[in-house]
Amino acid sequence: MSAYALQEADNEVMAAAKPETEPLIAARNVNVFYGDKQALFDICLDVPEKQVTSLIGPSGCGKTTFLRCLNRMNDLIDICRVTGDITIGGKNIYDPDVDVVALRAQVGMVFQKPNPFPKSIFENVAYGLRINGLAGSKGELKDSVERSLKQAGLIDEVYDRLEAPGTSLSGGQQQRLCIARAIAVEPKVILMDEPCSALDPIATARIEELIDTLREKFTIIIVTHSMQQAARVSQQTAFFHLGYLVEYGATDTIFTAPSDERTESYITGRIG
Amino acid sequence: MTQEHIVKSFDEDLKHIETLIIEMGGFVEKHISESATALARRDTELAAFIIKGDKRIDALEAEVDQAVVRILAQRQPMAQDLRAVVVAPKIASNLERIGDYAKNIAKRTSVLAKAQPIGSSAATIKRMCVMVQDMVKDVLEAYVSRNEAMADDVRRRDEEVDQMHNTLFRELLTYMMEDPRAISPCMHLLFISKNVERMGDHTTSIAEQVHYMVSGEIFDEERPKSDTTSTTFIEPDAAE
Repeated sequence: MSAYALQEADNEVMAAAKPETEPLIAARNVNVFYGDKQALFDICLDVPEKQVTSLIGPSGCGKTTFLRCLNRMNDLIDICRVTGDITIGGKNIYDPDVDVVALRAQVGMVFQKPNPFPKSIFENVAYGLRINGLAGSKGELKDSVERSLKQAGLIDEVYDRLEAPGTSLSGGQQQRLCIARAIAVEPKVILMDEPCSALDPIATARIEELIDTLREKFTIIIVTHSMQQAARVSQQTAFFHLGYLVEYGATDTIFTAPSDERTESYITGRIG
Repeated sequence: MTQEHIVKSFDEDLKHIETLIIEMGGFVEKHISESATALARRDTELAAFIIKGDKRIDALEAEVDQAVVRILAQRQPMAQDLRAVVVAPKIASNLERIGDYAKNIAKRTSVLAKAQPIGSSAATIKRMCVMVQDMVKDVLEAYVSRNEAMADDVRRRDEEVDQMHNTLFRELLTYMMEDPRAISPCMHLLFISKNVERMGDHTTSIAEQVHYMVSGEIFDEERPKSDTTSTTFIEPDAAE
């Protein structure tokens, strides 16, 4: 079967597993090239609103590349070229009139390694509000910062030391601080690129619990190497392999009875 | 199983569970066959041997359960592996129940050995047991070879066992009506017949587990059931 035919078949799989709600994010025939090398092939994927969608697959399969397309992080790489359409809330984010800074406020990102700014805990969260002109009065800013820290499940641990440096926190706390920073500007979407891979199991459990509460307000897309984590936190799972979207559907189905052999081989730890 | 795991010991763990189930199945098959033979030949020694041997089956079931708990904790299996692991204790539990029924037949054999034979009932029970034993053999074959069609076929065959049980039920009722002295052996034979019928049900349950393990789909089709004894009533006059 040609790669194209495979992809066609995969799209049928995707259509069959299409969630009931209108998708917030719709990717259509997305191709990504790094110079001459193609990293993603004709990706079509609908991401439902206020759910967690996990992207899984072996290293180099394109899952992070796809994630980075969703807030145009790939623009920062000179040799990277993206074709196809990605709409968020009906608006094509690759349209020339799109303000990339505003887009990245709407589509926040949390990285593998916690990366707080070398500023106080308070300023880390206040930063995004300030640069996006959402700071308001001093009192309003304080309220927003505290609300975000509360939503990120961090407030109880830091309320008496908001002026302490963000980097003085533990790894798990730093990651929750980064989440607080992302949600402060009230984005629609939060992208998470292996947010727990540098954390211990307790800190991981806290983040997973947080993801579960955050999906009431936000649409979350998470790249993870932990299959168990994908199975625990997400409602939809997409499996990428060699730049193709192989299978996409309800997480329950993907992990108990996947329909594609490549998915099966990957998630059961077989050579595939 | 299509390919090997990157972690070789995972394959060994799964194989170990499979081996335990096959071993259990081997004993269960043997006990079904021997319980029917002991009944037909009034062999109380063989019956006692079966009763004693049931402990091995129980021990193997416990071993399957332990192996499953261990593999869940250590490997967090997914997809086909997950299905193979979760069906194992269910299959083992069904096999253990079948073993219990064989043991119960053996217990009743020691009573029946002292009574007059009732028509050809022991031969009918022997035929039913052969049928169930074949079903157990085939369902385990389907389990090992991941053969969905074979498992589905076993599930269908249970209907024949039910029908034989119905026939025997009527026959034994008639004997009891004719001669009150036949009531005691007939009651035991009736329980034995019901035991074999239940063995068939447990075998179909295993077939459903195999179906799920192979396909990932839960059998939603209604199982063909032909045991009508629950609603059978025979007027005393009919026996004359």
